[in-house]
Amino acid sequence: MTLAEYRKKRGEPLIREDADGAHDDKHPSALKYVQIGLILAIITAAEVGLYYVDMNFTLLVVLLIALSVVKFSMVVLWFMHLKFDASLFSVLFTGGLALTVVVFTVAIAALGGSLT
Amino acid sequence: MASVAVPKRSPLSEALKGVRLSAADYGSIWSWIATVDHKRIGILYGVSAFVFFMLGGVEALLLRVQLAQPDSGFLDPDAYNRLFTMHGTTMIFLVVMPMSSAFFNLLVPLMIGARDVAFPRLNAFSFWLFLAGAIFLNASFFTGDILNGNLGAPDAGWFGYAPLNLREFTPGHGLDFWMLGLQMFGIASLAGGFNFIVTILNMRAPGMTLFRMPVFVWMTLITSFLIIFAMPIIAVALFELTFDRLFDANFFNAEAGGNPLLWQHMFWLFGHPEVYILILPAFGIISAILPTFSRKPLFGYAFVVFSGIAIGFMSWGVWVHHMLTTGLGTVANSAFGVTTILIAVPTGVKIFNWMATLWGGSIRFRPPLMFAVGTVAMFTLGGLSGVLHSMVPSDFQQQDSYFVVAHLHYVLFGGAIFGLFGGIYYWFPKFTGRLLNEKLGHINFWLMFIGFNLTFMPMHVSGLLGMPRRIYTYNGEMGWNLWNQMSTVGAFLIALSVLVFLFNFFRSLRHGEESGPDPWDARTLEWSIPSPPPEYNFKEIPTVSSRDAFWHQKYREDETGKIVPVLAGGAVDDEAPEDEAEGEHGHGIHLPSPSYMPLIAASGFPVIATGLIYDYALVPVGFALILIGFFGWVLEPATEEE
Amino acid sequence: MAHATAADHLQTSTGLDNRKLLMWLFLASDCLFFGSFIAAYLLYRGRSVVGPYPADLFDIPFTSVSAFILLMSSVTMVLALAAIQRGNVRNMRIWLFTTAILGTLFIAGQVFEFTEFNHEGLSLSTNLFGTTFFVLTGFHGAHVTVGVLILLSLFVVSMRGGIQQKDSLAIELAGLYWHFVDIVWIVIFTLVYLIQP
Ligand code: HEM
Ligand SMILES: [Cu+2]
Repeated sequence: MTLAEYRKKRGEPLIREDADGAHDDKHPSALKYVQIGLILAIITAAEVGLYYVDMNFTLLVVLLIALSVVKFSMVVLWFMHLKFDASLFSVLFTGGLALTVVVFTVAIAALGGSLT
Repeated sequence: MASVAVPKRSPLSEALKGVRLSAADYGSIWSWIATVDHKRIGILYGVSAFVFFMLGGVEALLLRVQLAQPDSGFLDPDAYNRLFTMHGTTMIFLVVMPMSSAFFNLLVPLMIGARDVAFPRLNAFSFWLFLAGAIFLNASFFTGDILNGNLGAPDAGWFGYAPLNLREFTPGHGLDFWMLGLQMFGIASLAGGFNFIVTILNMRAPGMTLFRMPVFVWMTLITSFLIIFAMPIIAVALFELTFDRLFDANFFNAEAGGNPLLWQHMFWLFGHPEVYILILPAFGIISAILPTFSRKPLFGYAFVVFSGIAIGFMSWGVWVHHMLTTGLGTVANSAFGVTTILIAVPTGVKIFNWMATLWGGSIRFRPPLMFAVGTVAMFTLGGLSGVLHSMVPSDFQQQDSYFVVAHLHYVLFGGAIFGLFGGIYYWFPKFTGRLLNEKLGHINFWLMFIGFNLTFMPMHVSGLLGMPRRIYTYNGEMGWNLWNQMSTVGAFLIALSVLVFLFNFFRSLRHGEESGPDPWDARTLEWSIPSPPPEYNFKEIPTVSSRDAFWHQKYREDETGKIVPVLAGGAVDDEAPEDEAEGEHGHGIHLPSPSYMPLIAASGFPVIATGLIYDYALVPVGFALILIGFFGWVLEPATEEE
Repeated sequence: MAHATAADHLQTSTGLDNRKLLMWLFLASDCLFFGSFIAAYLLYRGRSVVGPYPADLFDIPFTSVSAFILLMSSVTMVLALAAIQRGNVRNMRIWLFTTAILGTLFIAGQVFEFTEFNHEGLSLSTNLFGTTFFVLTGFHGAHVTVGVLILLSLFVVSMRGGIQQKDSLAIELAGLYWHFVDIVWIVIFTLVYLIQP
C-alpha cells in the first residue's frame, strides 16, 4: 500500500497542516516583502549610525547585537518562511544555531577570549 | 540541489542515456561503478572497510612487534610514529565509520520498508568520495622514500595535535595527505548523514511511526545527527590547518600569538561526538541481535531509544575531558568531569536493558549472539575505565598512558568492532542467501575474544605502571616487559581470528548452507523478503501496525497469553513479482537509474587535493570535474524512461 | 503517469519534501561551519602581535554599502519566489537575474576590499587578524559565489522554459541557501566590522 492510499484509507490529511503552502493565503504578498526589506535597510542604517556614536562600549555591543538579532530573525522568519512553514524546520535550524552558540561560547571562554 | 526538468534532450544527452541504461544491466562491472542501489553501495562500503581493517591491522602488528621487547630496533622511531598515526586514523575513519555506513546502507531502507534511500545518487557520491579520501590518505606512504624504509605517512597521531601538525615539525607531505584526505572523508560523511536523516524521517512505510522503528534505525538517526553537527567542526579545523601548512597562515602559530589549544578544542568538540558516532551503530546492531536470539522483544525499547537520544545531546558537553591536563583551570575541569560522569548514566541504562533482554529468554548461542554478548561485556569494561578517567585527579595519572589505550580499545574494539562482527554474522545470510559456517564462527569468536583480552587487559597494568602512550620503545628495567609480551601475543591471536573469519567468509559465499529468507526467526522487516533481496526490495510496500513488525506477522498470542505461530501459509513474501516492471497494483516500480555523475563529481576532490600539494594547475581541473559531475547530476533525470 | 496523481508520489512520512528537508539540515549543519570560523576570529581578536590592525584598515562606509547590497539581494530573491508561486515566469526571471547581479556586486566589493587590504600590508600570514579575517570572509565569499552560480544556472534553465509554477521548489531551495548566506553576513558585519574593542 502506498503512503497516499494508507492516508486516504485512514482519513488522514495528505498535506501537513503546518506546511508551507498548506494554506496558500498564508503566503505574504510581494508588498509585505518589500516592507520588510525597508525595515531591514533602516536597521542597517541605524547600526552604522551607532558605530559612529560615542558611547559606553558594552552598551554599544549590546545594542549592535540586539539589532543584528532582529535582522537575522526577520530574514529567517519571513524570507526563509520559518514563520509559516512546518515546525520541524524551525526545530532543526534553531537546534543547529543554539548548539553553535553554546559550544563556541564555552570554548572561547575556556581559552580566555571574550566579546568585549 | 533541486532537479529541474530540461524540456528537449540533445543528442549528447541521448547518448548519455544509452550509457546509463547499459549500466542498469546487473552483472557488468559498470553496473557496480554506476550503481545507486543502497544494497550495492552498502556492500561496497563493507568490502572497502574490511580491506582497510586488514591494512590497519597489519600496521598494528608491526607496532606490537616493535614493542614486544625493550630496546627493540625492529622499527625506527620515525616509522613507529607514522605507523601509529596511520593505524589510529585508519581504524576510526576508514574502518569503524564506513563499516557502520555499510550497515546503514544495507539495512535502513529494508527496516523501514522503503525501496531505496531518499537520495540514491548522493549516496553513491558519499561512497566514492569516502573511497577517494581513503586512498588519498594511504597514498601518503609513498611520499617518502619507501624503498629505503622511509615511510611518507603522517606522524602527528590520529588527533594531529598542534603544533606537531605544523610544517615546522612535520615538514614532509604526509600530514598534507592526512588533512586533505580526512577533509574528503568528512564531506562524504556529511552527505551520508543528511541522506539518512531524510530517509528515516521521510521514507517510512505506512504505519511505521518513529516509535515502531527498529532500534538500529533509531541509532542510525542519532548517529547521522551527530555527524552533521560534528563534521563541520573538524572540517574547519582541517581547513585552518590547511591554511597554516600551505599558505603560511597563523591559526596555530604561537609565535604570532595563535593558540595551539584551539586545535585541541575543535578536535575534541568533534572528537567526543565522534566516539558516539563510532559506537551507536554497534549498539543498534546488538539491539537487533539480542532479542532475536533470546526470542523476546527488546527490554525497555523506550529506555534504549531515549538513552540514545540523551547520549546524543550529552556528547556535546564533555569534550574537555580529553584536555583535563592542559591547564584550563579547576572550574572547567570539575564541570567537565561531572558531565563525563553523567554521560555514563544513559550508557549504563542501555547495558541493563540488554541484560534484561537476555534474562529469562530461550537463548540460542549462535555466532551473532556470541559477538553481541561479547560487545556488552567488553564495552562495559571500557565504559568503567572511562568513568575512572572522568575523575580529574585520577586522570592526571592516567592521561597519555597505556591505561587510556586500554580504555579506548575496550570501547572501540570490544564495543564497536565486536558489534560489527556480530552484525556481519547476523545479516550475511540476508545479502548472500547463505549462512556463515557455525563452527568457524565460534572459533572466530573465541580466538578474537581471548586475543582481544590478552592484548588489551595487560595495557591497564602497563599504563598504571607508568608506561606512556606513543613511545617507540622502553627500557627493560621498568617492569613493563611481561605486559608488553602478552599484548603482542594477543595481537597475533586477533590476527589469526580475522584469518579464520576471511576463510569462513569466502567458503560460505560458495558452500554455505542455504539460509532462506528468515534463518533466525527474526523480528524486523528485512527478513520478510527473499535473501538476497530483489533490486526493488519490497514487491509491495508493507503496512506496519506494531514494533517488531515481521514478528507480529508470524506470531500472535493465544487466549492464555502463549505465543503461537500464525498459521496461514507463512508470511514471507517469497516469490518475485510475475513481471518485474509490474509491481503493486500494476504501477511500474520505478527504480532510480544508475549514474556515473556521482563518481565524476567525487573524482574532482582528490585532483584538487593533489593540486594543492604539488601543482596549483590541477586545482581548476578538479573544480571542473566537480562542476561537470554536479551539473550532469542535476540535469539528468533521476529515473530514466526506458 | 496516468495512474497516480503527482500529490500521491510526493507523499512522505512527515509530509515534507525530501529536498527541502535536506536543505534545512544542510543549513543547520552549516551554522557550525561558520560558527567555527567566527569563533576563531573572536578568540584571536586583539591578539595580533604586529599590525596592521582592523582599525587601520576597515572602511565602514564601504562595507556598509556592500552589506546593504547583499541584504537587498535577499529581498529580490524572495520576490522571485513570490513571482513564480503566482505563476509569473517573466518577473521571476527578472528578480532572479537581479539577485545574481547584486551577488556579483557583493563579490566584486570583496575582491576590491581584499586587494586594498593587501596593498596596505595585510596578508594571510601577516598576523592573526589577517589569517582569521581572510579565511572567514573568504569562505563566506565562496558561499556567495556558489550561490551566484546556482542563480545563473536557474536563470538559464528558466530561459529555456524549464521553470514553471509547479517547479517553484527549485527557486525556494535556491532562496533558502541565498538567505542563509545573507544572514551569515549579518552576523559577520556586526561581530567583525562594527564591534571593535
Ligand atoms: C562511559 C562512557 C565513556 C566515558 C566516561 C569516557 C571517558 C573518557 C575520557 C575521560 C577520556 C580521556 C582520557 C585521557 O586522555 O586521559 C577518554 C578517552 C578516549 N575515549 Fe572514552 N569514554 C567513554 C566512552 C567511549 C566510547 C564509547 C568511545 C568510542 C567508541 C571512547 C573512545 C575514546 C577514545 C578513542 C579516547 C582516546 C582519545 C585519544 O587521546 O586519542 N570512549 N574517554
Ligand atoms: Cu571523550
